[in-house]
Amino acid sequence: MTSTAQDTLGKARRPRAPGRGVPLALLAPALIGLAFLLVPLLALVVRAPWSDLPEQLTSPAVWDALRLSLVCATTATALSLVVGVPLAWLLARTDFPGRSLVRALVTLPLVLPPVVGGVALLLALGRNGVVGRWLDEWFGVTLPFTTAGVVLAETFVALPFLVISVEGTLRAADPRFEEAAATLGASRFTAFRRVTLPLIAPGVAAGAVLAWARALGEFGATITFAGNFPGRTQTMPLAVYLALQNDPAAAIALSLVLLAVSVAVLAGLRDRWTRAV
Amino acid sequence: MTTHPAPEGLDAHLVVERGSFRLDVTLTAAPGDVVALLGPNGAGKTTALRALAGLAPLTDGRLRLDGTDLARTPPESRPVGVVFQDYLLFPHLTALDNVAFGPRCRGAGRSEARTRAAAWLERMGLAEYTGAKPKRLSGGQAQRVALARALATDPRLLLLDEPLAALDARTRLEVRAQLRRHLADFEAVAVLVTHDPLDAMVLADRLVVVEHGRVVQEGAPADIARHPRTEYIAQLVGLNLYRGRADGHTVRLDAGPEVSTTENLSGPAFVAFPPGAVTLYRDRPTGSSARNLWRCEVAGLESHGDQIRVELTGDLSLAADLTAVAVAELGLHPGSAVWAAVKATQTHAYPA
Repeated sequence: MTSTAQDTLGKARRPRAPGRGVPLALLAPALIGLAFLLVPLLALVVRAPWSDLPEQLTSPAVWDALRLSLVCATTATALSLVVGVPLAWLLARTDFPGRSLVRALVTLPLVLPPVVGGVALLLALGRNGVVGRWLDEWFGVTLPFTTAGVVLAETFVALPFLVISVEGTLRAADPRFEEAAATLGASRFTAFRRVTLPLIAPGVAAGAVLAWARALGEFGATITFAGNFPGRTQTMPLAVYLALQNDPAAAIALSLVLLAVSVAVLAGLRDRWTRAV
Repeated sequence: MTTHPAPEGLDAHLVVERGSFRLDVTLTAAPGDVVALLGPNGAGKTTALRALAGLAPLTDGRLRLDGTDLARTPPESRPVGVVFQDYLLFPHLTALDNVAFGPRCRGAGRSEARTRAAAWLERMGLAEYTGAKPKRLSGGQAQRVALARALATDPRLLLLDEPLAALDARTRLEVRAQLRRHLADFEAVAVLVTHDPLDAMVLADRLVVVEHGRVVQEGAPADIARHPRTEYIAQLVGLNLYRGRADGHTVRLDAGPEVSTTENLSGPAFVAFPPGAVTLYRDRPTGSSARNLWRCEVAGLESHGDQIRVELTGDLSLAADLTAVAVAELGLHPGSAVWAAVKATQTHAYPA
């Protein structure tokens, strides 16, 4: 009760305290930064060809690109969850030689230019790649320049976001719950599935959203590894880039769609998270 | 204590080394026994408990339960139930599913596990809280759910880590009484860890006092309360304790002065007397029958129940309990010079 009273007192008093204004040296750069982030988005909205918009958005090419983007980003996120959550668990909960090196390698795609990632994927999974050669020879599977290639390129750049996010959540979660589960007869896998996973679910969801957003916006690795074939590998970012060359109005329309999708996801999750807490 | 390991019950010699800390304790108990590991913080009690549960690996020693060697058995395969200090109830599961978790993991079907869990909660007086998440339970209720969860797997060894430490004083009184009843009903070995002598003495049949990773004393609570062998235990049970050499009715203390006692001993001995047995005088008493008389100085005063505890230094460091009136009449304050007297009949000497 005392602490609540103090909190209210503190809250009530803070804005009224005399001579406690925000220093200009902090305020000015902060406002410049804010403007820098908002003005481009605003420009997109202001310059949108609102009259042509319905026509632009109903073109089948746009829907193909949007559908492909959503399907690929979602599949890449699902793939990332399947391998990323166990990888995060391994990094957070076990001790093996070279673990910090492994963590560094996992984070490498975060800082690697996506184009380089695409080149590396070609060298690994291309028809003459280190692994791709065998895939082609044994199973007749070709990945580059296919929709599956888009998913792999997006997974390559999105997975680290998920792993880092989930690993952080795991480290913050109390490992003693797993010990309690062990004393009740749960194997490590059962403890993970029935205790740890439900406890870190919000962190996994946050990581999945990050990964999904990253996959949706993926450009460099995708165009390098999967090419730019409409309907097959041409995702929204690729379509935007291509449209900008010959039909700027279409590029703006496509960008608006991506902006709307991003805002919708952010708004939807914010609501769910605030309710969950 | 026992040279032959009991076929039934717990027979353990726990050696755990971690950095510079070494735990080395021997624990034996028969089914039905409630043993309390009592000791100050950092003595290694919780490490001992974790070693029994399999959560901390043994560096050396042995661990047998009902004749089965468990030293290399992983925690999930040990017939051991644990009540953790802050209970560690799974926050995403209801009370019922928390209790059903153990039976499920040990192979019971979903409905059978839930039936057993419901029966345990009922036994703990929590029938109407089966659907409640841990967040909605009070401290005392959470403690009982944790106990039910640990017991629902029918463990042959029940471990309780500071079972009452997370509770406020009023709940504690009530939960202590309930816990005592449940422990009395429990037919296998129970080991509890506590730093609270009252919890230990109320709940356990036998105390094992651990200091610096070693057993310094063990026995029945009443015996330990009467014959403390370390400063830590003496403080817990509220006695002034000194070590010395006895020669007949006199013990020459290692601290210097001699103490007259009624016991007739020889060789290394302990002398103990309660703070309430000490009488203080401003001037050296002349007609006093007390043979034990020391010059002291008041080091500190502190209220202690309805008495005032006076800490004294000088010929002998000791604690004395006086009424507030006596303190006022003597005009005691830190630095006052006083004479402290204890009658021989109020002291108690026993071999070291």
